[in-house]
Amino acid sequence: MANRTEASAASAEGKMTFRQVARETIRFVLSELKPKGKMLTPFNVITGAIILSGLVMIAIRFAYGLGAVSNLSQNYPWGIWIGFDVVTGVAFAGGAYVLCFVVHILKVKKFEPIIRVTVLNGFLAYVFYAGALLLDLGRPWNVINPIIGNAFGLSSVLFLVAWHFMLYMICEFLEFSPVVAQWLNWPRARRILEGLSTGAVIFGITLSTLHQSGLGALFLLAPTKVHPLWYSGNIPVMFFVSSIFAGLSMVMIESYFSQKAFKDRIGHELHAAHDSILLGLGKGAVGALFAYIFLKLIDFVHYKQWVHLGTPMGYWYLFEIVGFVLLPTALFLQAIRTRNAKLVQFTAFLTAVGVILNRLNVSVIGFKWYETVRYYPSVMEIWITLAIISMEMWVFRWVILRMPVFGEAHEVVEEKTAEDMEVVTWKASVL
Amino acid sequence: MTISRRNFLKVAGTAGGVLLAGANPARAAQVPQTSAGGIEFNGMLIDTTKCIGCRACEEACNEANKLPKPKVSFSSESVFEETRDTTTGAFTVVNRFPNEKKPDEPIFVRKQCMHCNQPACASACLCRAMEKTKEAAVIYHKDRCMGCRYCMVACPFDIPKFEYNSPTPFVWKCIFCNERQMRGEQPACSEACPTGATLFGKKRDLLEIAKTRIYTEPDKYVHKIYGEHEVGGTGWLFLMGAPEEKLGMKTNLPTTPYPELTSGFLYGVPLVFVLWPSLLIGLNYLIKDSKVSEKKEASHGEQD
Repeated sequence: MANRTEASAASAEGKMTFRQVARETIRFVLSELKPKGKMLTPFNVITGAIILSGLVMIAIRFAYGLGAVSNLSQNYPWGIWIGFDVVTGVAFAGGAYVLCFVVHILKVKKFEPIIRVTVLNGFLAYVFYAGALLLDLGRPWNVINPIIGNAFGLSSVLFLVAWHFMLYMICEFLEFSPVVAQWLNWPRARRILEGLSTGAVIFGITLSTLHQSGLGALFLLAPTKVHPLWYSGNIPVMFFVSSIFAGLSMVMIESYFSQKAFKDRIGHELHAAHDSILLGLGKGAVGALFAYIFLKLIDFVHYKQWVHLGTPMGYWYLFEIVGFVLLPTALFLQAIRTRNAKLVQFTAFLTAVGVILNRLNVSVIGFKWYETVRYYPSVMEIWITLAIISMEMWVFRWVILRMPVFGEAHEVVEEKTAEDMEVVTWKASVL
Repeated sequence: MTISRRNFLKVAGTAGGVLLAGANPARAAQVPQTSAGGIEFNGMLIDTTKCIGCRACEEACNEANKLPKPKVSFSSESVFEETRDTTTGAFTVVNRFPNEKKPDEPIFVRKQCMHCNQPACASACLCRAMEKTKEAAVIYHKDRCMGCRYCMVACPFDIPKFEYNSPTPFVWKCIFCNERQMRGEQPACSEACPTGATLFGKKRDLLEIAKTRIYTEPDKYVHKIYGEHEVGGTGWLFLMGAPEEKLGMKTNLPTTPYPELTSGFLYGVPLVFVLWPSLLIGLNYLIKDSKVSEKKEASHGEQD
C-alpha cells in the first residue's frame, strides 16, 4: 500500500515534493484508517461477532483441513463456497461491467451517479468472493502455479477463469482508482488514471464476457453429474446473459440499502434521479431476462427437457423458472409501464433470488442429484460465508464513508474533497 | 508371455475379433489406440469372470504405492459385505456383486482409475497436475496441485480422492504404476493377479483378446467391452459377466471424449478477445463522435 502510494505521489506531484507528499499522504491515510461514527450499533455488534468467530473457523480450516469445517466429501468436492461465494457472487458482481458499458461506451449520462459505487461493489465482490476461493483450495499457496508459468493448464476452463479473475480485479481497480486519487487529493494522478479508464473498461467487458460464461463452462465437464434440466451446451451463454440481470438487480438492491444507510453521503444528483435510474436498470434487466427465457426455451426443446418435468427436480426447476424468471419479467414490465420504482426494487430482489437458485441448482443442488447421501452445507461453511459477506460490507462502508463514491462524477476535485472532509470532521466531532 | 498370447490369438480366431471390431467400424475408428507421439497405448484388461476376489491386486497396490496398511487384512472377505469406493489410501478396490445366472458364483469387479485416452481430469486441471503420459498412465504431479478439486468434479468415474482432513492435502488415485512401467515392468496389480483376471498389455492387443473371448464364449460375457467407447475410450477395459448396471459401473456415460465438451468454449475465447475490444472501441468512437456533434449543434457546450 505504502509503496503504491508513494509511487503515485511521485508521479502526481513531481520529485521535488516527493517526501512531503508521501509523508502527508501516509498521515492522511493513517488518520482515515480510524473508525468513524458510533461503534456499538446493532449492525457492528452482529457482523463483528460473525467476523471474529468466522476468523476462528478459518484458522481451524487451515490447521486441520477442509474436512474440519465443511461437509465436503469425495462425492461432493464443491460446496457452497464455490457454488454460492464464487459462482453466485461473481454473477452479482456483473453489474460493474454492464454499467461500465452503458456509461463509458454508450455514454448514457443518466447512470453516471451510480457508476462509482457499482464498480466499487464489483471490485470488492471479486476481492472477497474470489478471495473465498483461497479458503476452498486445498493448497492455496500453489494458486500462483498457473500464473507464474511452471504449469499452464491451457486446456482448462478453470485456467481461463483464474487468469480472468486476476486481470479483471486489476481492471476494476483501475476503473475505481480515480476515486482513490480524488480521496488522496492527487489531481494529476487522477487525470492519468481517468485516461486509462476507457481502456480498462473495454478490457474489463471482454474479460467479464469470458469469465462469466467461463463459470458456466466449468460445468460442461460434468454432463452426467449436473441434472439434465440444468445441463446444456449453452450453459456458458446462459451464465453470461443471466449475469447481466443478476448484476443489474444487485445494483438495484445495493441502492436500496445505500439509500437507507448512507443517506448523507449520497449526492443530490443521484437523489433526484434515483427513481428514473431504477426504472432504467429495470429496463436493462428485462431485456436480458427475455434473452435468457429464449435460451431456456431453446434448451427445453433441444434437450427434450419435458421428460424430466414430472419428477421432484422437475417441480424444483419449474419453481425456479416460473417464480424467479417469468414472474420477475412480468413484474419488471408492469413496473416500467406504471413507472413504479418501488416495484422495480422489489422485483430486483426476486430476480436475485432466482439467480442464487439457478447457480446453486447447477453447482450444488442439481449436482449429483441421484446420490443417496447428499451434500448440504455445514453450519461453519455458512458461517464463514456470512463472515466474508460481513467483511465485505465493512470495507464497503469504510470506503463509502471516506471516498467520494456517491458524489457527482464530474464535480471539481478539490471542492468535493473539502466538502467530504467537513462531513468527516463533523462526524468525528459527534463521536 | 506376449508370444503365447499372439499364438492364442491366431488359434482362437483373430477373424472373430476382426469381425466384432468390424461391427461398428465408424466408432472403432474414432478411438485412438496410440498417443500423439505414435506410441502404442498400454492398457489393462479386467475379466470379471476370471476374478476370484482374492484381493491380491489390492495388497500389491498397497505395497507398490507405500500406502498405509488397512485395518482389515487383505485376506479377509468381510470387506465384501458392502460396496467399497477407492480412497486416498486405497487406489484400487474389489467389490462383490451377485451373479444372477449362477448364484453361487458371485462376480468380483475391480474399481480404480480408468486411465482415459483423453482424460477429463487432465483437461480440467489448471496447473497440469493431472497429466496423461504418452504410454497411457494418467499421473499426478503433487507439487503442482493447488487442491481445487475440479478434477473430481470432472472425472466421469469419480476416481480422484482428496485428503479432506489434512492441512496440506493432495489428490490421490491409481497412476497405473507409471514408474514400474518406465522401468519396463508391469503394474503391481497385474503382476500379482493369480488368475489372469487383470491382464497388462498394449491396448490394441487387449481389445483383440477381449473380443476373441466374447466371440468364443458368447454366453459367458455381456457383448460389450466396457471402456472401449466410454468417454472416448479408456486405457482399462472390462469384460463383464453381467450388465454394467449390475456391477456398480457408471452406465450413462457419453462416448464423447470429455475435453471436447469444453473445447468449443475455449476456441471461442480468442474470438471474443479479438472481436469484443475492436467492436467496443469502434462503438466508443462512434458514440463519442455523435455526442460531440450533438453538442456543437446545440450550443458551445463543453467538450468531453
